[in-house]
This record gives sequence, C-alpha cells and structure tokens, in this order.
Amino acid sequence: MNPQFPPVADLYRVLPELIWCGFGILLMLFQPFTKSRGFLASVGFFGAAAGTAASYLAYQHTGAGFFELIRSDAFSLFFHLLVGLVAALVILAGDSYLSRERLDAAEFYALLLFATAGMGVLASAQELLTAFIGLEMSSIASYVLAGYRRDTLKSSESALKYFLLGSFATAFFLYGIALVYGTTGTTVLDSMGNADPNSVLLKLGLALILIGLGFKVAVAPFQIWTPDVYEGAPTPVTALFAAGPKAAAFALLLRIFATVPAATQFWFWAFWILAVLTMFAGNLGALVQTNVKRLLAYSSIAHAGYILVAFAAVTGMAASDSPAGAVPAYAAVLFYLLSYALVKVGAFTVVSQLGGKDEKYVTLEDYAGLSQRHPVAAAALSLFLLSLLGLPVTAGFFGKFYIFKAAVNSHLIWLAVLMAVNSIIGAYYYLKVIVAMYMREPAEDSASTAPIAFPATVSFVLVVCAAGTVYFGLLPNQALRLLLEKTLLGGLK
Amino acid sequence: MTPGAHLLTVLTFFPALGALALMILRGDDHAWIRRMALVVGTFEFLLSLLLIPGLPLGSSGYRLELNIPWISQPAIHYHMGVDGLSGFLVILTTFLTPISILASWNSVHHRVKEFFVMLLMLEVGVVGVFLSLDLFLFFLFWEVMLIPMAFLIGIWGHERRVYAAVKFVLYTMAGSILMLVGILWLYNATGSFDLVEIQRALQTGALVLSPNTEILLFLAFFLAFAIKVPLFPLHTWLPDAHVEAPTAGSVILAGVLLKMGTYGMMRFCLPLFPHASRQAAPYVAVLAIIGIIYGALVALVQPNLKKLVAYSSVSHLGFVVLGIFSFNPIGMQGAIFQMLAHGISTGALFLLVGMLYDRRHTFEISQYGGLATPMPRLSAFFLFAVLSSLGLPMLNGFIGEYLILLGTYTSHFGLTPNNGWKYAAWAATGVILSACYLLWSYQRVFYGEVTVEKNKTLPDASERERFILATMCAVILWMGIGSVFITKRTAEATDTVRKQMERAGWAETAVPTIGNGAVITSERSSHP
Repeated sequence: MNPQFPPVADLYRVLPELIWCGFGILLMLFQPFTKSRGFLASVGFFGAAAGTAASYLAYQHTGAGFFELIRSDAFSLFFHLLVGLVAALVILAGDSYLSRERLDAAEFYALLLFATAGMGVLASAQELLTAFIGLEMSSIASYVLAGYRRDTLKSSESALKYFLLGSFATAFFLYGIALVYGTTGTTVLDSMGNADPNSVLLKLGLALILIGLGFKVAVAPFQIWTPDVYEGAPTPVTALFAAGPKAAAFALLLRIFATVPAATQFWFWAFWILAVLTMFAGNLGALVQTNVKRLLAYSSIAHAGYILVAFAAVTGMAASDSPAGAVPAYAAVLFYLLSYALVKVGAFTVVSQLGGKDEKYVTLEDYAGLSQRHPVAAAALSLFLLSLLGLPVTAGFFGKFYIFKAAVNSHLIWLAVLMAVNSIIGAYYYLKVIVAMYMREPAEDSASTAPIAFPATVSFVLVVCAAGTVYFGLLPNQALRLLLEKTLLGGLK
Repeated sequence: MTPGAHLLTVLTFFPALGALALMILRGDDHAWIRRMALVVGTFEFLLSLLLIPGLPLGSSGYRLELNIPWISQPAIHYHMGVDGLSGFLVILTTFLTPISILASWNSVHHRVKEFFVMLLMLEVGVVGVFLSLDLFLFFLFWEVMLIPMAFLIGIWGHERRVYAAVKFVLYTMAGSILMLVGILWLYNATGSFDLVEIQRALQTGALVLSPNTEILLFLAFFLAFAIKVPLFPLHTWLPDAHVEAPTAGSVILAGVLLKMGTYGMMRFCLPLFPHASRQAAPYVAVLAIIGIIYGALVALVQPNLKKLVAYSSVSHLGFVVLGIFSFNPIGMQGAIFQMLAHGISTGALFLLVGMLYDRRHTFEISQYGGLATPMPRLSAFFLFAVLSSLGLPMLNGFIGEYLILLGTYTSHFGLTPNNGWKYAAWAATGVILSACYLLWSYQRVFYGEVTVEKNKTLPDASERERFILATMCAVILWMGIGSVFITKRTAEATDTVRKQMERAGWAETAVPTIGNGAVITSERSSHP
C-alpha cells in the first residue's frame, strides 16, 4: 500500500471529529481577540452541533475507512449523536457557570470539543491503537477540564487524581493491546475472527483492555477515583464525565466483545461478577453521602453496574447457541446510555445552578425546602432523580426495564434479582434528595435561601433533558426500533 | 374492542386532566382549588357508576375490553377491561376520593394546590391498577401511584412523616421490583405481557411451568401483593404510614391501596399459578390468621386511636386473604365483599379520627373521654362506624366476615380433607377481639365524664362533616342490607377466577370430595 492522500469518503467518515477539532482550534485562536462570553459560547455550541450534524454525513459513507482503522456505521452514528448532544448541552449549561466562576471560556469549550472528538474516535474505532488514540484524546482533555478551577484545591486534587490513575489505567489498556497483537498478529478487530478463543495470552490481553476501559466507565474495583474527581471537577464537566466518556468507552467495549471470539463463557462470568460488585459499590457508597455531587457520582458507578448486567446478558447470549438473542441486549445498553446521559446532564446542570458561586451549596441541607424556593428546579431535579431510580413514565424506567428483560432473557434470573435489590437501595438515596427538597423546611440561615437564577441557556438544557426523559419514558418505541434495526448492529456480528 | 370501551380511558385519565386544570389555577386561591377538585372527583364518581349496569362483554371475559398496541418492542398493549371484581373497586376509589377531598376542606392549610393535585394523581394510579389487563401496564400504574402517596404522607403528614413516607415507598418498591422480574419471566416464556394471552398459554399447554418455577413466580408476585395488603409479618410499614398520613391519605390508603394487594392476589396469583397457590394456601392462611389475631391484640393495647384503626386494618385484611386462599366461591365472594366493606367502614373510622384530631391535635385515647356530651352527633356516627367495623349484622362488615368464615370452614387447606374448620375457628377469635378493641376504645373516648377541661367546649360535627359521615353511614347500611346487589355482580368474577384455576389444571389435584361441604356450586354463591 503506497502512502497516499486518503479518499474523500474517508474524510467524510471522520468529518464529525474534524469539525469538533477544527472548532476547538478556532476557539483558541479567537481567545486573544474577544472577551465576549456569548460569542465564544455560540461558536462552541455551533461547533458541537455542526459536528453532531456531520455524523449524518459520515453515516452516508458507511464502511471501514483509513485502512480499516475506523468504521462508520449506525452504531458509530448513534454514539456520535450521543456524545455530540452531550457536548452541546454541556457547553450551553457551562456558559453561566463559567461567568459565575470567572473562568476563561474559550479554552474550556476548546478542550470540551477535543474531548468530544476523542470520544467520537473511540466510538468508531475498529482498530485498537486508533481506539487508544481516541481514549488518550478524550482523557487528556478531561484531565485538564477536571482541574479547570485551578485556584481551588478540590479541583486540582480532582485533576491530579484523575490524571495519575487515568494514565495508569491507560497503561493497562496499552499493555492489553500489545498482548492481543502478540497472539492474533493484528490490531484490527475485524481480523480477529479466527483467533483462538482459548489462548491464555489473548484472554489476558482482553482482560487488561477490560481493566483499562473499566477504569473509564468506573467499574468496581476500579471506581475509587470517581467520587473525588466528580466532586472536585467543575459541575458542568462532571456532567460531561458522567455522560460522554462513559458512553464512548462502553461503545468500544461493546465493539470489542461483540467482534472478538473470546467473548465466551469466561467473559460472561467476568461481567457477572463486575456487575454485581459495581452495583453494590455504587449504591452502598451513595447511601451515606450528604453531598449531592458525590451522591450522583456514586450513583453513576451504580449505573455502570446496571449496564454491565446487560453486558453479562450479551456475552451470556453470545456464548450460548443463539447469538442472535444478544441483539436486544445490545439495544438495551444503547437505550440505557441514551436515557442515562439525558438524565445525568440534566441533574448535574441543576446541581451546577444551585451550587451558586464557588459551588458552596451542594449538600442535602442546602437543598432543604427547595420546592418552595424554586419549584421548577425542584421538579426538574425530581424528574431526573426518579428517572435514575427507574420509575415509570421516565426514560430511566425503560432503560432499566430493557436491561432487566435482557437479563431474564439470558436466564440470568439471579443477576436480575440482585439488580432489583440494588434498585431498592438506590431508591433510598434518590428519595433522600427528593425528601429534602419537598418535605423539609429550608434551613434558617440566609445563605441557602439566596435567589437562584436560571438563565435561558440553562433552562433550555433542562427543557431538552426533561422533555427527552419524558418522551423516551412514554414512547420508547421509536428509539428502540432504530436501535434494533439490523443496520445499527451491522458493524457487529 | 367493545363499544364504549374508552370509558375506561376516560375513567383513568380524567383525574389527571383535573389535576392539570388545578395546576393552572392560582396557588393562593384556596376556595376555588377545593371546589374544582371536588367537582372533578364527583364527576369521576358519577362516571364510574356507568360501570354498574350490564356492560358489553369482550372476547376474553372482561367487560368494556380495550386493546390497543402501545409499544411494539417488547409488545406492550394498552389493554384495559373491567369485571365484577375490579368494577366495584374502581367505584370504591372514585367514591372515597371526593369524600377525602371534602374531608381535607379545612384541615389542609399549606400547599393546598399541590395537595389536591396529588390526591387526583393518586386516583389515576389506583384506577389504572384496577383496570389494566396487561401486566406491564399494571406494573406501571402500580409504581406511578407510589409517588403521589409518598408526597401526601411526606408533606402533609404528622411529626414522623418523612420516615413513614420513605418506608412506605421502599417497602412497596422492594416487592414490586421482584414482581417485575416475575413479569419479565412470563413475558420471556410467552412473548406477551397480556394477562389474557398468558392465561391462554397456560390453559392450552403452550406454557408449562415446572413446579419449582411456578412456586418462585408465585412468590415473586405474592410478595409484592402481601406487602401491600399487608400480610403479617410484612405489615410494619402500615402503622407508620397510616398514623403519619393526613386524614385523606389514610382514607385512601386504608380504603383502596391495601385492596390493590388482595386484588392482585385474585387477579394474578391464583389464575396464573394455581398449583403454587394451592401449595402455599395453608401457609398463607396461617399467616393471615396470625395477622388477624396479632393485629387485633395490638389494637387492643394501643394508646393511639389512629394506630388502633391502622392495626384493625391488618386484622381485617387478614380475613380477606384467608377468604381468597380458601379457593371456595363463598369465601372468595366474602373476600371481595370484605374488601369493599373495609374500604368504607375503615375509611369512615379514619375520617372520624381525623375530625377528632382537627379539634384536639392528638390521637392519644387518654386525652379524650366523655366526648359524647359535647359532641353527641359525632359520637353517634362514630358508634355506627365502629359497629360496622366489628361486624354487626345488617351492616356491611358482617356479610364479608361471615362469608369468609363460612367459606373457610368448608375449605380444604393443603388438600387435607375438611380441615377448614380449624382455620375458621382461629379466625373467628378475630371477630370477638375486634368487638373488644373497638367497643372498649369507643367507651374510653366517648363515654364517662369529660376528664380534660379542653374537651368540654369541643364543637360538634359541622354541616360538612355531617354530610360526609351521613353519606358513609348510608353506604354502610345499604351494603349491609342490599348486599345481593354487589354479590350477584361479583359472583361472575369469582367464578372466572375459579374456572381459570381449574382450566389451568387444578382439576388434576382436585379437592377430595369427602364430607358434605366439598362440592359447592357457583350458583349458590350468588345468593349467599
């Protein structure tokens, strides 16, 4: 193969990433010349939206590109739309936060777009080193974002912790790639079809990859960093962390474990155990939290556990005699990630607005009596919490329901029961927040009764998240049919 | 779909529309909010009365059947229907809701709008539960109803309201989420959430449950319902929730929400898992009897009047469960009747206790005494409700308990012939105990000298209260005298349940026909 300029179709396949990166660079160029936050936010939002829209163009050119390094298909389209949507929402929600905290806007949006581009690469990569580059792109931008409030100790701690542990995990990931390459002679996922599934080295390599990605999605026992990082990071960034990178890393996991034949009984048990550990670690940890940000951080660990239940169902099915039965389980994962992203972005946006200057008001006491001070904020947050809890007429309910269904489908009754137990534990701490908002009187000191402003951008984000949550809670049909269509999983086996 | 079936849709969602309308009203305009809520509630009640006359029968044995696809994957249908069992429970719900609205007229002062919105949303959930014939839809309403109830307890309740609200939600969710696993299992095996379809699959042998699976599935459903009823030893949420809830909440909770549990047992547990139900019957019956006696004994020693009524619910609902698991047309008829009767008479008791609380802000029996002197009318109404609750003939409580005991007596638990009398004998002690705790508490509250100075000047029942209580008492009396009106309509439902059990293979392990009580034709059950 002679080195040559890639064909135009290939460029289309990475168009979203190109746009995201391009707008990121543009923002950095603009920074010396303008102080207008509104302008920078508009550019950032426009960039995020344009990149997201461009993923449709990428979808027009389905197939592998750049010598099989990436693949554009419905699967990657879904994740591009998801991370693009999250980025656009976080940029909108971030505007008011940044001006409140007097932080530079341009770099923030630029980093956010770079991170999003990395996630995009991660979602469409079908070659492990490309995936690694995507992972690094999103991670390094994330490290900086976590420490964006650099004059606060917590934020710096968050960044350092994330960076040290994150690079450690990336090393695992890289080592795993090396081992997989050593056994299969290739790093292209599609070419691993005839690898020996019983090879110990391959299993070890995949296990290391799993650890590396498990860190990203906060799977127990690699979840220890999550609460501290989530708490210290600026809240809009936390929203991004909870929704974006998690979805992208799960996308890669799905791709790997759907195409590499070693997705057998061995992995089934690995996911089974990880799911149980993660669910309990998240939910039990959340029980004792009084800081809402930390509480939501633990809850996001728990939700990673729920998604792993679907993974166990996927691998359980793939290992059985009817691999086609795994399709609904894939769809369950995707639907869950979608509903979860909407809810988490919404919830963290409310938390961000309620936090006030320097994120002072993030404890449960500060939320007491919120329903009287700001009924709309309380109602919105309640809706998101109820969706996390999995109550009907919210998207979270169907998300959980489909995972339940996938688990029962794969005869994982006990896993389903354990998930049920965890849902109850989860109900307790979500209710705790709702109880504080609706059933407790506000504290006497004037600090927490300070007026809360909801600028138009933030309101828009909340409306989108809430509308999405209710829409997918009432009519999950449309989205699910799309997810179940063969084309979506065509890239997978 | 049968003609006019959208009546069920209207019945379910009309209160939601009403709630929406309430939300538009100004928050401080309390008078209009109350009136509006009352109008919505009353209209809903009148609508529900349309369920009484003979309605067109759908293809699967339910009336006003309505079946519209909602979600294609998995196949979830908006499948509604009504029969003698659910019809009366819906009417009970729609009757108690305007009563609760009236009862809260002056006792709710803060966040009035939200209060009535929650009350109406609760009605949506409960009516939906009773009318759903799709397991998924049923589960959905079952869960949706939790939130308004939790808010009613948690915001407008008494001192320990938050604790009670959270406990209520967690208990119910714990049961219901296991039920969800069971529902999914059934879906997985049959490819449908439709109750009718699943029953058909069981009857035609398209779905065969192994004994162990059947028991596990039975338990998954039964646990959810038993918590709701509540069956001993799962009852511990109930006293808290009842005592802390505002009066309207208690009325709905005791009147309707507990019946969702017993309704679920009759609608789902028995027809879907007949073998497991039979196997479990002796144990369930023993738990029910423990509940009857335990609830009564605790009520006997309660210093708190509201808790006393709450524990009497545990006792009375024990009768209902016993009646259901006697698998006997008479016992099951009694169970349905007792569900309705308990809803009215305990509802009345809670209303009365709430009226006392409005005046004195305490539930302690020791704070009262001799109230018959300052408030003769209220004490007369109270006596009427007490007599109905303890099962005085001519009033509604008697019929249900009598039928249940009769049914139990002639039943065969665990296939042991003619052992029903033992169960009936133990259960009958509950009747005696209920007379003890109710009359004794009545005596302590209303008779004797007025011991507390404040009580001497308490106002008697106001016009509004008299209207509420008179309505309740009229219904109590009517149910006591004209019980045939109800039983002849519910007979069809008990027959259906029994037939469903038989068709699903119950006949194989048929009741040994020893003794004279074994064969009871269903015709006799319609005219007890």
